[in-house]
Amino acid sequence: MNTVQSVFGGQGAEGAQFLSLMTLFTVVTTIIYLLVLAYLALALWRRRRTEHTVESGDHAAEPPPQRTALIGWVALVNTGLIVLTVASFLTDRAMARTASSPALEIEIIGHQWWWDVKYTGADPSQSLETANELHLPVGVPAHITLKSADVIHSFWVPNLAGKQDLIPGRQTDISIKPTRTGLFRSQCAEFCGVQHTHMALDVTVENRADFLRWYRAGLQPAKAPTAPLAKAGYAYVMTRQCAMCHNITGTEAGSHFGPDLTHLASRRSIAAGTLPMNRGNLYGWVADPQANKPGSKMPTLGLEPNELHAVVAYLETLK
Amino acid sequence: MSSPCRASLALAAVALLGGCDREERDSRGQPVTETVPAGATADTIYPGGPSGSTVTLSPKAAAYENNAYHIAQGQQLYGQMNCVGCHAHGGGGMGPALIDDEWRYGGRIEQIATTIVEGRPNGMPSFRGKLTDTQIWELAAYVRAMSGQVRKDAVGARTDEPSNTPPLTQTRREPIVPGEDATP
Repeated sequence: MNTVQSVFGGQGAEGAQFLSLMTLFTVVTTIIYLLVLAYLALALWRRRRTEHTVESGDHAAEPPPQRTALIGWVALVNTGLIVLTVASFLTDRAMARTASSPALEIEIIGHQWWWDVKYTGADPSQSLETANELHLPVGVPAHITLKSADVIHSFWVPNLAGKQDLIPGRQTDISIKPTRTGLFRSQCAEFCGVQHTHMALDVTVENRADFLRWYRAGLQPAKAPTAPLAKAGYAYVMTRQCAMCHNITGTEAGSHFGPDLTHLASRRSIAAGTLPMNRGNLYGWVADPQANKPGSKMPTLGLEPNELHAVVAYLETLK
Repeated sequence: MSSPCRASLALAAVALLGGCDREERDSRGQPVTETVPAGATADTIYPGGPSGSTVTLSPKAAAYENNAYHIAQGQQLYGQMNCVGCHAHGGGGMGPALIDDEWRYGGRIEQIATTIVEGRPNGMPSFRGKLTDTQIWELAAYVRAMSGQVRKDAVGARTDEPSNTPPLTQTRREPIVPGEDATP
């Protein structure tokens, strides 16, 4: 099941590095803070013992213990600062190293309100497009190019790495190296319209063999339906509103304004994390998307009951 | 300033709040089984015809044609459904221009919706069954807005594409029927 969406998970190399850096910063600054407060308390507590002032001219003649304490204090502050600087530098360098040798190239395009995910293979026949799901092999550095089709979105898998904005007309990127397998939730982290809340991305980190199995299955075109009801649904999807926006590889539906549906039924959720994937929710979603996600670009079609049964039967074959 | 004067000013300011009426975003389209067109069909409108002046504006058309949300949605559909392919961004190409005041099949919103649903000879395809009724009304609302017939506060101030024409908010209002008053 889903792990808790948390920045303290450290299931990615970047997340873990930042977490240790933050821990170090917190420890060092806490020690200094407590020392400052302790000295302040001490100074308030102790009676003023000497009467010398700046005017008297003998302030330079500090007693040796105080001078030693002052030198020690300056040395301590400098050491702390040097430790923090070096730690920041090393973290930066480690992250740059992950980014410099990507083994997997992914492109993610943010739309209102869903994620278009493309795996750029070695050649076009190895390129895979999916939507609202991201599969990553564990221990493999992945380089993700981020684009936006409409407004500013932000890509954020809290358990794996920090945020990166998707900006219209520009290209940004982020590198992720997951270190533990699991199911994680990613959420758009920049308000992008009325359905910003329902713009989640299911992230699956799995071992290499599982990832390759998923990838090869994803490259396959959609199977032609065999059951009569699914065939009727296929006919509806191909000739009516659905094919105007959606792509189903291996069929005539080849539009890219809505999420790719080629392997829809194998995903964990519907409509960018709005609903869990199951038959009932498929019915609900196809029958009236605007009741489930008001403002979504998928219109309420007003399907007749027999058309609805057929379309859902076809969608369920898209494993 | 005297205290009654100040009080009445405050009261007037409160009354002004009534002006902050938020536009309804009816994303669902009610009722679900609404039908296009209302009143006008392909048979009653033809080039050089009476330009559909007998058609009365339906309440549905009124709901779409000055609604900023629907016009903005129509603008997106205009690009996605490849209207640009023939009409360009309004200037026309293979298809006629949409930013001028000439309408072969009528420039009222029902007539534009009819044109989209039925298609027209010499290239305009029919979108019947390919788009929902709501989407067709939205598209018609945007096409109507392109010729500057729509209220300034309802149209987008910026286009989605690079453009060297003034924004819709600055476009001169074109009368639908020559001699008739343009929409205020």
